[in-house]
Amino acid sequence: MSVEEIGSVLSERFGDAIIEFVAAGLHPHAVVAAGRWHEVATFLRDDPRMGFNMLRSVSGVDRQAQNELEAVYDLIAMAPPEGSREGFWAARHALAVKVRTERANPHIPSVADVWPTADWHEREAYDLLGIVFDGHPDPVEDEAGRHPRRILCPDDWQGHALRKDYVFPEAYGGIPGRSEIDASKPVK
Amino acid sequence: MSTRRTLQSAPDLLADLDAEAMDQGKLQTEEMLINMGPQHPSTHGVLRLVLRTDGEMVLETTPHIGYLHRCAEKIGESVAPYQYVPYTDRLDYLSAMNNNHAWSLTIEKLCGIQVPERASTIRIIMAELNRIASHLVSLGTYGLDMGAFTPFLYTFREREYILDLFEAVCGARLTYSYITPGGVTDDLTEDFVDRCRAFLDYFVPKPAEYNQLLSYNHIFIERTAGVGVISPRDAIAWGLTGTCLRATGVKWDLRKCLAYDIYDRFEFEVPVGLPEGGVMPVPPGMPPVVVPAGVVVGDSWTRYALRIVEMYWSAHIVRQALDRLPAGEYRAKVPRTLKLPEAEIYFEAENPRGQLGFYVVGNGTSIPSRVKVRGPCFNNLSIVSHVCRDCLLADIPAIVGSIDIVLGEVDR
Repeated sequence: MSVEEIGSVLSERFGDAIIEFVAAGLHPHAVVAAGRWHEVATFLRDDPRMGFNMLRSVSGVDRQAQNELEAVYDLIAMAPPEGSREGFWAARHALAVKVRTERANPHIPSVADVWPTADWHEREAYDLLGIVFDGHPDPVEDEAGRHPRRILCPDDWQGHALRKDYVFPEAYGGIPGRSEIDASKPVK
Repeated sequence: MSTRRTLQSAPDLLADLDAEAMDQGKLQTEEMLINMGPQHPSTHGVLRLVLRTDGEMVLETTPHIGYLHRCAEKIGESVAPYQYVPYTDRLDYLSAMNNNHAWSLTIEKLCGIQVPERASTIRIIMAELNRIASHLVSLGTYGLDMGAFTPFLYTFREREYILDLFEAVCGARLTYSYITPGGVTDDLTEDFVDRCRAFLDYFVPKPAEYNQLLSYNHIFIERTAGVGVISPRDAIAWGLTGTCLRATGVKWDLRKCLAYDIYDRFEFEVPVGLPEGGVMPVPPGMPPVVVPAGVVVGDSWTRYALRIVEMYWSAHIVRQALDRLPAGEYRAKVPRTLKLPEAEIYFEAENPRGQLGFYVVGNGTSIPSRVKVRGPCFNNLSIVSHVCRDCLLADIPAIVGSIDIVLGEVDR
């Protein structure tokens, strides 16, 4: 199925939930409304015309100028060989889905129940960008609210490193975080 | 049966245990949490697994990663694509050439750079040699995990020859930064082709030796066959790639399925997991690799054995590339400061451990506004908590080792 056809199937089925569809360029993608993302994701996986069985990557992006955070889901549909079971699987089509959310209070529904790959990738996107994935299977509840558990940084790390306005901490647990800090003085 | 034997051999210690209750499963045992790692030799780096155990049984495994986190993606947002090449070396540091290759292809595709034929061919040679070198480490250390020390010495001996070849072309033995956007940093040395051919002649009989030493070793088969079985459905759902995916019987290799770079000009086969008695495809003239009894599609033995067969085919590709190595430029004329267009790209290449993907967003300047690294090990490792359930404690190194992770790329 061509990317254009996928686009028309999606907008026919979901209407306004498909905010934008870009078929041209190096990275064809659909922009999906956060509120209906889980529904769209299930359709993308289960509908035989779509068949996106593998989620390759989830990339969080800080769109500071637009005051938005974005999660980019790169999907690929792999199909088993027809007839004989010997041959290579075929790459039917690939598509990216972008889900955007406001920067101040970023919430996107989790799709870890649709593609288990999303579990760790969403944890990473929370850890590094602070996108909260609602309904994530590995949640933590603290003063920041209910959010996925951090994965790369320690659980008590402050802030999200891939935000464009992130300031590296002066110290973490008594360890100076910057070389210009005077090592002879105690760290606050 | 085994319970009774234990009781007889240690009657004093277990005198107060009621053997009958034990047999009927009524005995109360305590669960225990065990920290395996982050400094455990068989976790291949700094991985911590929290195991919930009941005696020898592991009920639940929770991986904790991030001990080697260096925020490689943040660095990608503050340096130009050329400057990022050395950082890609340090992702999966056992396959630095392949990482350089994937990164260069991503940037070239984004900027529309055409690479000369000679450069592309050199890159294929390097990528496939590095695939062999990386698999050699994987095999050797997996043998160590399973208690076989000798194969490790043999695989590292062979790897030295490859590292010598790499050292000759770029001066480095681990972090090469040899393949850069536009081509490679220097032309091959005059004697490279001869030395490389000599290496291939020397190396090609070796995988059969490893089979004799390790693959068909009875103890090794007992430890790995039927252990950590992953179904094709789960493998795709968890985003497994590389040998972990192919071991489940899914014939999927980006070198064939998407034929990136110039891989479509080479003849090679891709082995997949087969049930016992199956014969894995090897290049002509090589001894056949027959799957021994007890092996199940998608188990640890299969993941291990596919790497051996892949080495045959990588050597086969290198030989073809040496035969057709064209004369010409070793890199394209690319400006020193590369301006990235206002566009984005997601590109994946087949690394020894699976698909390494880069998502790059350009913004019209020379520095990308977002670089995301999709590491194969990160995804492959995420299935561990699903697979390492209700298995024996001794199976954990067998499963984690066969998934073959490099923490530098899991943690980035």
